[in-house]
Amino acid sequence: MSKVVRTVAPFGPQHPVLPEPIQLKITCEDEKVVDVVPAIGYCHRGIEKACELNDFPKNIYICERICGICSCIHGCSYCEVIERLFGVEIPPRAKYLRVIWSEMSRIHSHLLWLGLLADAFGLESMFMQFWRIREKILDAMELTTGQRVTQSVSIIGGVRRDIDSEQQKKCIDIVREVKKETEELGKVLMNDYTVKARTVGKGILTREQAITLGCAGPTLRGSDVAEDCRMQGYQAYGELGFEPIVEKDGDSYARAVVRLRETLQSCDLILEAFSKIPEGEISIKVKGNPPANEAVFRAEQPRGEVFYYAKGNGTRNLERLKVRTPTFANIPALLVMLPGCELADVPVIVLSIDPCISCTER
Amino acid sequence: MGIIHTSRIKSPWIMHFDNSSCNGCDIEVLACLTPLYDIERFGIVNMGNPKHADVLVVTGAVNRRTARVLKNLYDQIPDPKMVVAVGTCACSGGVFHNCYNILGGVDKVIPVDVYVPGCAARPEAIIDGVVLALQKLAKLQGVAI
Ligand code: SF4
Repeated sequence: MSKVVRTVAPFGPQHPVLPEPIQLKITCEDEKVVDVVPAIGYCHRGIEKACELNDFPKNIYICERICGICSCIHGCSYCEVIERLFGVEIPPRAKYLRVIWSEMSRIHSHLLWLGLLADAFGLESMFMQFWRIREKILDAMELTTGQRVTQSVSIIGGVRRDIDSEQQKKCIDIVREVKKETEELGKVLMNDYTVKARTVGKGILTREQAITLGCAGPTLRGSDVAEDCRMQGYQAYGELGFEPIVEKDGDSYARAVVRLRETLQSCDLILEAFSKIPEGEISIKVKGNPPANEAVFRAEQPRGEVFYYAKGNGTRNLERLKVRTPTFANIPALLVMLPGCELADVPVIVLSIDPCISCTER
Repeated sequence: MGIIHTSRIKSPWIMHFDNSSCNGCDIEVLACLTPLYDIERFGIVNMGNPKHADVLVVTGAVNRRTARVLKNLYDQIPDPKMVVAVGTCACSGGVFHNCYNILGGVDKVIPVDVYVPGCAARPEAIIDGVVLALQKLAKLQGVAI
């Protein structure tokens, strides 16, 4: 019998399905993947160090640019961790506004991902449809913050802008529309033969594996673990009746369904937040330098838990800022999911954890 | 050569490479492809293969690790080629200019034809940048656009 030949196929750093540079060295036997070695570092900039060199208020803008897709939540989280360092509480209206913008960015991120997933298995029309819906949310963001992608809306002590009643009405209309259209398109995603053929039973991550590997976000919730940082009730989530969304199967399909349902849930959260938002101040003045102390903050990004740690030393600069991002927790899961699959399924499975390399490598 | 030159201007294929950007500009580049902005009306198609590309769209500042990859990709694109640097990072390093792993803008490694500033650069600006690059190419080849 002839020996099975092993081939090593590089996946990345420049690859059509990934907008970002990561390399996976995939060892195959025929079409079957037997081993995967990730090579990261293509996106490393040194943001944590840069945050020590700059004044602490300027770091908001650097932290927002850790990742452009979830930039709003990065900015909010940095502000929250500094507020905790100072020990100040922001006005309730600011908390609601942060929730509204965070949820908008979650919708935009999930719709973007659903589109990319469709693109990964060649369903180009669905890619276009999801991105068409997403543009509406970006319009709402532009209307309320002035920017499509990097909003820079949080400041230390609150938020930079208010949403007035006219904008609020427009936003509510947009969110309702987005919800309706996502529901319709979601039916296609859930029932389409092609989608199922490419995702059901592919890239399985069991509940035990997900817990042992410390996964986060939809990857974890797609494997039947009800864990979501929003359950802590930070910002205004405690008042909004939030329930995590869980799917049982742990395959790529389950993860897609989690994200689809979360998109709809985020629409509901925004509508609810708009109905409950209190009047009042949107920011307070925070004076002085960060005290010599430590603070942590955990928030739920579209991709999972993000962890911020800040240490002050009484000067304008921080002693240390540490960010732990969700994709870092999910890459080990990828190494469990990939071996045993077909080479053609690699793009879909890689996408199913929604990798965000610029977050991971900072 | 006439027809090849003319058709290159009418249907340029772009290839997108992300150096070490924050993704903000990448999703705006992708947004250009989608129904609202629809750059296919200019005959522009996004390609994954450098050998098929005419225009290289680069986002993000160059870091020590991507410099080699970027140079490789640039060398693999057949002549004539155009390079569009999208985003403030790609133009000059942007907010990351003083990070230890960042070399600077794309022009530190490869020649750039069009700079599109903005953080994140808006899709309208990106489309404008690609069209400018095409005008430059048309002029170089002496064909009308
Ligand atoms: S220019 Fe701004 S939005 Fe674009 S990649 Fe750089 S930091 Fe991100």
